[in-house]
Amino acid sequence: MSESANWKPLGREELAARVARDIPEGWSVNLGIGIPTLVGNYVPKEREVVFHSENGILGMGPAPPAGHENAWLVNASRQHVSLLPGGSFMSHSDSFALVRGGHLDLCVLGAFQVAENGDLANWARSENDNAPAIGGAMDLAAGAKRIWIVMEHTTRAGEPRLLRRCSYPLTAGGCVKRVYTELAVIDVTADGFRVIDMVPGLTLAALQDRTEAPLLG
Amino acid sequence: MIDKFVRSVAEAMAGIKDGATVLIAGFAQVGEPRALIDGLIEQGARDLVVVHNTAGRGREGVARLIGEGRVRKIVCSFARSRGSVIFEEVFARGDIELEILPQGTLAERIRAGAAGIPAFYTATGAGTKLAEGKEARQFDDREYILEHWIRGDVALIEAWRADRWGNLIYREAGRNFNPVMAAAAELTIVQTQHVAALGELSPEEIATPGVYVNRVVHIEAGDPPIKIE
Repeated sequence: MSESANWKPLGREELAARVARDIPEGWSVNLGIGIPTLVGNYVPKEREVVFHSENGILGMGPAPPAGHENAWLVNASRQHVSLLPGGSFMSHSDSFALVRGGHLDLCVLGAFQVAENGDLANWARSENDNAPAIGGAMDLAAGAKRIWIVMEHTTRAGEPRLLRRCSYPLTAGGCVKRVYTELAVIDVTADGFRVIDMVPGLTLAALQDRTEAPLLG
Repeated sequence: MIDKFVRSVAEAMAGIKDGATVLIAGFAQVGEPRALIDGLIEQGARDLVVVHNTAGRGREGVARLIGEGRVRKIVCSFARSRGSVIFEEVFARGDIELEILPQGTLAERIRAGAAGIPAFYTATGAGTKLAEGKEARQFDDREYILEHWIRGDVALIEAWRADRWGNLIYREAGRNFNPVMAAAAELTIVQTQHVAALGELSPEEIATPGVYVNRVVHIEAGDPPIKIE
């Protein structure tokens, strides 16, 4: 993540906290691997959000303290987690029926690319990858009521990730509602990308320089 | 008297034929029937179609089954993943066929198999590379693709408690693929950590009714060998 004299990008933890700020009480939420997982740490305890994990956990709580891990309680990212009062377990088929039936208010995922029409590419970097890992990404992308993406605004090489059309294989079409990057929060609207928040000091012009698709202010 | 308990893993695995489709439960090694997978390796059936969430990790379990050249085809949601070293080698040699599926489609295809539903439409994967060759259809302005059921000749299951009718209770996230796979196979084989007397399991907590289960073997497997990633 680059810096300039005028503005400072959010770090991973700050970005996770920024996403958490927007999750209201009462939502059922699935968090993907990476920064999305960190989001759970920043939802205040008194705000009740029901976290889901694909392997059949509803009402998932944070990682237990070191030495108190439960070998039978891991999330879909293979990390130790806990269960909150009110939590429950279900089979994989029930867990994905919940996802695919539209019972998640929100899923927060990472991405390689997002297009201005909401297309998402987050599972394969090439059409030729013949043995990829999909996991639950396509089910979540197609099934959750809304998909929010957390990702770096550009690639390490500085190539834009917010595009007119994705060049990588799609996970699902038209599913992304909002994108959080270290620079801005951007909604996907019928008219394209609309910037709803930026880090202090950043201008829309500077953000547009790092974005392929046109941005509405 | 109905008594589905058998005395050994070898007895539990008897009769599995070459070419069988084997559903293997477990997620991140939790609820994974490790003793039965070892038993299958020991038993010797070849040319297997294995349905499991991953193509194996490390060198044990499903990875070892693949490494020993016993799997003709793997159906999974994670093929290439951290630790899938043996699959990578065998796949690079062209010695295994791969069917990659979204995890929910995998679970739902098995559920359809359990429920006698030969095919269903789903939005998952529509408009993606995985829709190639699959029938697509619009319902209410949305595109769906046709997916077919998966039924197993054999299912390998790990339970926390079982009684002699084959009623099963699972532990925490160890439930995962176990109930749906147990219901979708011709021959369902269970390893259970604990044995309960008939009537001891709460009827309201039994997750797999014994009607789905054929054989149960008591294996005190202990906690899953979870490594934090």
